[in-house]
Amino acid sequence: MLYQFWIAYLTITRREILRFSRIWVQTIIPPVVMVALYFVIFGNLIGQRIGEMDGMTYIDFIMPGLVMMSIITNSYTNVVSSFYGAKYSRHIEEMQIAPVPDLVILLGFVSGGMVRGICVGFAVTLVSMLFTEFRIYSPFVALLVALLTSCLFALAGLINAIFANSFDDITIVPTFVLTPLTYLGGIFYSIKLLPDFWQQVSLGNPILYMVNSFRYGFRGSSDIDLFTALLVIVFFIALLFTACLVLLSRGTGIRQ
Amino acid sequence: MLALEISDLYKTYSSGLQALKGINLQVEEGDFFALLGPNGAGKSTCIGIISGLVNKTGGYVKIFGHSIDDEFIIAKSLLGSVPQEFNFNTFEPVEEIIINQAGFYGVPARLARVVTAHYLKQLGLWQHRRSQARRLSGGMKRRLMIARALIHKPRLLILDEPTAGVDIELRRTMWEFLEQINEQGTTIILTTHYLEEAERMCRNIAIIDEGDIILDSSMPHLLKQMNCETFVLYLRAELQQAPVLPSFENVVRLDPHGIEVEVPDTLSINDLIGELEALGIVVERMRNKVNRLEEVFVKMTSKPVTESLG
Repeated sequence: MLYQFWIAYLTITRREILRFSRIWVQTIIPPVVMVALYFVIFGNLIGQRIGEMDGMTYIDFIMPGLVMMSIITNSYTNVVSSFYGAKYSRHIEEMQIAPVPDLVILLGFVSGGMVRGICVGFAVTLVSMLFTEFRIYSPFVALLVALLTSCLFALAGLINAIFANSFDDITIVPTFVLTPLTYLGGIFYSIKLLPDFWQQVSLGNPILYMVNSFRYGFRGSSDIDLFTALLVIVFFIALLFTACLVLLSRGTGIRQ
Repeated sequence: MLALEISDLYKTYSSGLQALKGINLQVEEGDFFALLGPNGAGKSTCIGIISGLVNKTGGYVKIFGHSIDDEFIIAKSLLGSVPQEFNFNTFEPVEEIIINQAGFYGVPARLARVVTAHYLKQLGLWQHRRSQARRLSGGMKRRLMIARALIHKPRLLILDEPTAGVDIELRRTMWEFLEQINEQGTTIILTTHYLEEAERMCRNIAIIDEGDIILDSSMPHLLKQMNCETFVLYLRAELQQAPVLPSFENVVRLDPHGIEVEVPDTLSINDLIGELEALGIVVERMRNKVNRLEEVFVKMTSKPVTESLG
């Protein structure tokens, strides 16, 4: 039976990967172009006037954050659009009718989201090499944080998709929640620059922990203790994973 | 052995609508079973619960003795379902849709390709295997859903209006295909609005209405219970109004040369002809009211099965 589930998991994951790779012009290229523009404008043009931040050039400072932003956005978007699309066109029923446990459905969609997030993150990293020297302090930490973060936002995307009743609903959270939290998550500045009060407020933003731990992986410096950051990420993964499983087993949004 | 056992099945939607009011139903292995009912009667809800698409409020469902609650992996492995509405990703190629479905049942891709090729050829979709599903015609999409439902060789196949919107010729070829599947041992449950379809293929029948099973019977037994049959008569002379026949209540004038008469099973055709002759009305031809046009159409346009599927 485990073999049967393994085949089902591979099928879902493969289908998810094929889905976004077939439309790579819409899924891979735009975030790469967007981040390239960030490098040009914030890194080169404005960054040269800003000078150093946290002991490094501004472009070096923002590079890990921009990669992380791509991973977050794409992991989330992939799952929310794919799962909601499956609900909308009802092909989610293909899996519901089949003997596929909720856990396998969950893992399949999340894996698809993670693969897209990591693919785009990798592509953005390659583009960054056009603008700044590639240096990585701890590949293990960088990869670990990238994987955990993409997993977390793939789970978040799934929850959004489960509750979504229209295409508007799948854009509300990314536009009004995810983007502001990402921009305020320390991609473009160190929270040490903020007044004490806003530093404390920033600590309530989970994306801050991901950006900083990822920056630690690349540059060896972070506003947040690495262990604390990893703990926060794992905590949120556990929370969202449980929520997803409960929602899927109840059939919320997918079974009448 | 029972292929399907439904006991005390209830479903109340969040809107308060009670779609199923404690229905009981048993379908024997190997049967070709018709589940009929008007729109909104509860057929699709019932099928949705069996397939795992709708949460039940109460009762139990067993597929070949396996509960859909406690043994859902086994129960679902034994079930194939063709829903009323298209529910595949229309942007995926035909072949991929079926291979993916096989994967959901744990069939490895290499084996899935072989079985997929078999059903695509049998259902006349082989040359469209690389086309996106959205490019298929309505009839092809229906056949795609049947191929997809058969990919894991289910022992129980549920078809929810599989021939809806399909032309008559294709409908006939689908009937033949389903009869073959049934002869090979697959139990089939069919819902349809085409009653001649159920009459032709099904051995047993249940009628559901307003969430209750109001009839559960064998098809021959049900047909025997039909207490009248309607005939259309073509008359030599013109009639200005429907004739009054002492023994026949429902006589309708269709046109100057045609009438429709309901003949109860207590009376014979001879009785009808006799009463018409007594009024000086000569009958030139007559036919049973049901399906004649369909028969004519099929005779005029029919092709060999493989050709029409291709």
